[in-house]
Amino acid sequence: MAESFEPKITAFVCNWCTYAGADLTGTSRIKYQPNVRVLRLPCTGRIDFMLLAKAFSRGADGIIISGCHPNDCHYTSGNYHARRRWMVYRDLMDFMGVDIRRITFSWVSAAEGGKWAELVNEVTTSIRAMGPYTAYKAMVAAGVE
Amino acid sequence: MRIGYYPGCSLLGSSREFDESVRAVAQAIGLELAEVPDWNCCGASSAHVLDHKLSLSLPARILAQAEAAGLTEVLAPCAACYNRLTSARAELAADPVLAKEVAEVIEMPVTGKAKVVNVLEVLERFQDTIKARTVAPFGHKVACYYGCLLVRPPKVVQFDRPEDPMSMDRIMKVAGADPIDWNFKTECCGAAFSVTRTDMVARMSGKIVANAVKHGAEAIVVACPMCHSNLDMRRPEINSHLGADHQLPVLFITQALGLAMGLDPEALGLHRHMVPALALQPVAAKA
Amino acid sequence: MSRIGVFICHCGENIGGTVDCAKVAEATRSVPGVVHSVDYKYMCSDPGQNMIKAAIKEHNLTGVVVAACSPRMHEPTFRNAVAEAGLNPYLCEMANLREHCSWVHEKGEVTTQKAIDLVRVMVEKVKRNEPLQPIHVPVTKRALVLGGGIAGIQAALDIANSGHQVVLVEKSPSIGGHMSQLSETFPTLDCSQCILTPRMVEAARHPNITLMTYSELEKLEGFIGNFKATIRRKARQVDEKLCTGCGLCTTKCPNKKIPDEFNEGLSTRGAIYVPFPQAVPNKPVIDRSNCTYYKTGKCKVCEKMCPTSAIRFDQQDELVTLDIGAIVLATGFKIMRSDKFPEYGYGKSKDIVDGLQFERLASASGPTLGVMKRPSDGKEPETVVFVACSGSRDRSKGVPYCSKICCMYTAKHAMLYKHKVHHGKAYVFYMDIRSAGKDYDEFVRRAIEEDDVSYIRGRVSRIYEEDGKLVVMGADTLQNGRPVEIKADMVVLATAVQSQDGAEELAQKLHVSYDPYKFFAEAHPKLRPVETNTAGIYLAGACQAPRDIPETVAQASGAAAKVAGLFSNDELTREPQIAVVNRMPPPVWSTCVGCFLCQSACAYQAIEQEEIKARDGSVIKTVAKVNPGLCQGCGTCVATCRTKSIDIQGFSNEQIFAEIQTL
Repeated sequence: MAESFEPKITAFVCNWCTYAGADLTGTSRIKYQPNVRVLRLPCTGRIDFMLLAKAFSRGADGIIISGCHPNDCHYTSGNYHARRRWMVYRDLMDFMGVDIRRITFSWVSAAEGGKWAELVNEVTTSIRAMGPYTAYKAMVAAGVE
Repeated sequence: MRIGYYPGCSLLGSSREFDESVRAVAQAIGLELAEVPDWNCCGASSAHVLDHKLSLSLPARILAQAEAAGLTEVLAPCAACYNRLTSARAELAADPVLAKEVAEVIEMPVTGKAKVVNVLEVLERFQDTIKARTVAPFGHKVACYYGCLLVRPPKVVQFDRPEDPMSMDRIMKVAGADPIDWNFKTECCGAAFSVTRTDMVARMSGKIVANAVKHGAEAIVVACPMCHSNLDMRRPEINSHLGADHQLPVLFITQALGLAMGLDPEALGLHRHMVPALALQPVAAKA
Repeated sequence: MSRIGVFICHCGENIGGTVDCAKVAEATRSVPGVVHSVDYKYMCSDPGQNMIKAAIKEHNLTGVVVAACSPRMHEPTFRNAVAEAGLNPYLCEMANLREHCSWVHEKGEVTTQKAIDLVRVMVEKVKRNEPLQPIHVPVTKRALVLGGGIAGIQAALDIANSGHQVVLVEKSPSIGGHMSQLSETFPTLDCSQCILTPRMVEAARHPNITLMTYSELEKLEGFIGNFKATIRRKARQVDEKLCTGCGLCTTKCPNKKIPDEFNEGLSTRGAIYVPFPQAVPNKPVIDRSNCTYYKTGKCKVCEKMCPTSAIRFDQQDELVTLDIGAIVLATGFKIMRSDKFPEYGYGKSKDIVDGLQFERLASASGPTLGVMKRPSDGKEPETVVFVACSGSRDRSKGVPYCSKICCMYTAKHAMLYKHKVHHGKAYVFYMDIRSAGKDYDEFVRRAIEEDDVSYIRGRVSRIYEEDGKLVVMGADTLQNGRPVEIKADMVVLATAVQSQDGAEELAQKLHVSYDPYKFFAEAHPKLRPVETNTAGIYLAGACQAPRDIPETVAQASGAAAKVAGLFSNDELTREPQIAVVNRMPPPVWSTCVGCFLCQSACAYQAIEQEEIKARDGSVIKTVAKVNPGLCQGCGTCVATCRTKSIDIQGFSNEQIFAEIQTL
């Protein structure tokens, strides 16, 4: 049985660190798996976790959230807010039955081109192994009833 | 008041007078000493240079025995035992995985509930009682020698000032002595080189004795069996090295306090010293 | 209706070699809303840009997507081009097909498909972009410099010389700072006061500089270009207009036992005093906590003696509020004291001194008039030991960093000592020698080769007093750790440089970030060393990190340049991608419920409260309002808002949802 499933990964990244880090990956010509689609935000603090729910409901199989390292936020504290929200939200998602293994929260700085490639590859590989996230749509549908 | 008591090996052997004087003073100030049941050697220097886990298990067992007997504090007069017990307790508290392994070795729980205290800490609590019981104020100039193990490493023992401690000085003052200001309070005496390199001990302990004499000391007061041994038993080598004849006696703190409280010098073990100490009587006793 | 133009760049072979650009253009043509979709070799080139401009006019485009390199590269380029064609620049977005696609994936169908996805995402976003105008904020052209040391003086002079007003605030009675305490400076051995005092006088006399000494910042409000600073001018108890600076009062004060701060405690001063003879302004100050009159109600000798009756015992502190456009922080540093060293005797010995005390001993205006005398008994020291790295690079002392200036000033001190006591012996115990500046290493070699200073590589474990000498116990690690014991007459500790007292409180007053050692934080360690994360507040000198005089002066001039740049416009223009709280017609007014969670989330204090009033003046509701001058556009408030009443223009919820929808 040939498994030709290719996961769809949506990445929410901050403009100043991770986006720049991903640019560096490009400039360094480091190759990684092409399944990720990067959405640019000014700061991880901007991320309202409804966006994640939307991404899943639109068929994303995996999500990456990435921003500046703690203490390095371009806007001083946006990443702290993001981290705090994530701590609470993760437990909530888990409680509701969402597969939180499919969400990866990480810090990639503008100098870490290699790390970005590694991260994408790691996540893509692990999501591929988990299979498509059809359970989410089913869950939402069940809720609607 | 009741406190756990861990004499350790040296207090039953070569430093018997420390044990005798601690017990005598404890009785005089109303402190009940509850000896830790079935205690073992703390491992001293040998264990921690040979086997890390052994060096933790031996003290852990002592403390576990103390806890099993319902003791919350353990007085360890010997400075080395005090240092080993305190260090082991701190290390196991910071590493729960290691603590679990040690608990399996000693087949007893490792909780860290029993605290370890040294003789100076305990005596400070009884300052007022000591003052009240002083019938013959010590009245001599004394050099308080702390050695290295009572105040180091500072983050582990957290006791007194590491470079210029004052607790012994304060207690001696309460007993009517005149503690001198001198420079070798915490300098190394040579420790276990007493056996392998006695010449080195003669030099290092020699410096300590010389400085004490230079600053006018009539006696040296210690709270550690090793310090006592090097400064007292090795006096002939020290004197030979210095080309002098220093006869100032070395007293354990509890012996000095016992004298001040009018206890019998032989009960305090003063006759066991190499450098004669019986002659040193509190000043007021002459009156 | 949207009329979006998509322009796909080959970037030579960079994109074209991996992505099938023609195919992407074709796929995009069928996206609803796209009216024009082409590909070209080099979009950023002149012909490429002209192509975009022509297309805007020809097809009446309402939005543009340039699919090329990273927006961090060329967004400004394309936004400019679009603006020139008459379209609002914020209606132009870029899709990153190079750094995020062609450069990181293999040539093939998958990569091309990804490129198509990325372009479609940006098309959906652009459809929802609003035309935005840059924000204009007025600028008050007056600068506030906090700190009157060499950093503050240099910054004030540079700003004043570029034609703007400056207020220089210094908390001690005179400007000059630590540099005025130094005897000679490395590497030239210039007399410190000789090169400093002309600047001090220039600063005092400059028509554009207002000097406020014996003053401190009480409160700061506002934002860049529009600060309101309240300065507390502490009462000198002297009428400065009447005082001639004759100094008679200072000689007559009967209370002369107060430790003199300028001489680092090596001498005493009176309760009414001038810090040093070259003080600017040269007017005395009464130290109220030590003055007999304030303590007991008696004395007043100074008042009786003053020939111009300038003494005012009832003078009160004065609070002055100023409109300020920019602030330069130049509050300097302090050094660790010898009592922090238990191994060196807890500060008991008077003959173990720190670097600043040695400077005063060596200085011709110091307590010994520059003659080498040790503090305890005034004897000339025949052997002096200098201990470098005292406290610095030492985690157990809480200072893991290097204090930068000590290797140089220790060499200097050793040389000064040898110049004054030719037959004396000088030893320096060091760990490393950090002499990285211009002429610096040659200076240290001079100390070793010409002035016969003995350098011993090792640390000092203990110093104690014996027989009137200081026994220094160290080690020589270049001789296998051989113990070295030196009987010295005096010991000079090169103690650690630390942040100024009160730095933390000041930083909190100004909302400036600081590091764990309370040094103020720069905006970016490499590329923005004189700015802070707070717009309009700049840094100069050692308040940011230990540094020597040449670097301090350079940085102060840098900060001044930033201020002058800010002041070169009457108005400040800012990127408009900021947050906005929605406003609606009555009766709703706004979906904001006034919980102000956004306010506590904002790192820039950019959210204010606004009262929405009825016609009769009664308050209907209090809602949040974003200050466009302060908001940096991070969006943390948007994610925090419970009712989704606040959004960022340019990264709105709607836009991001649309982006996600396309995937």
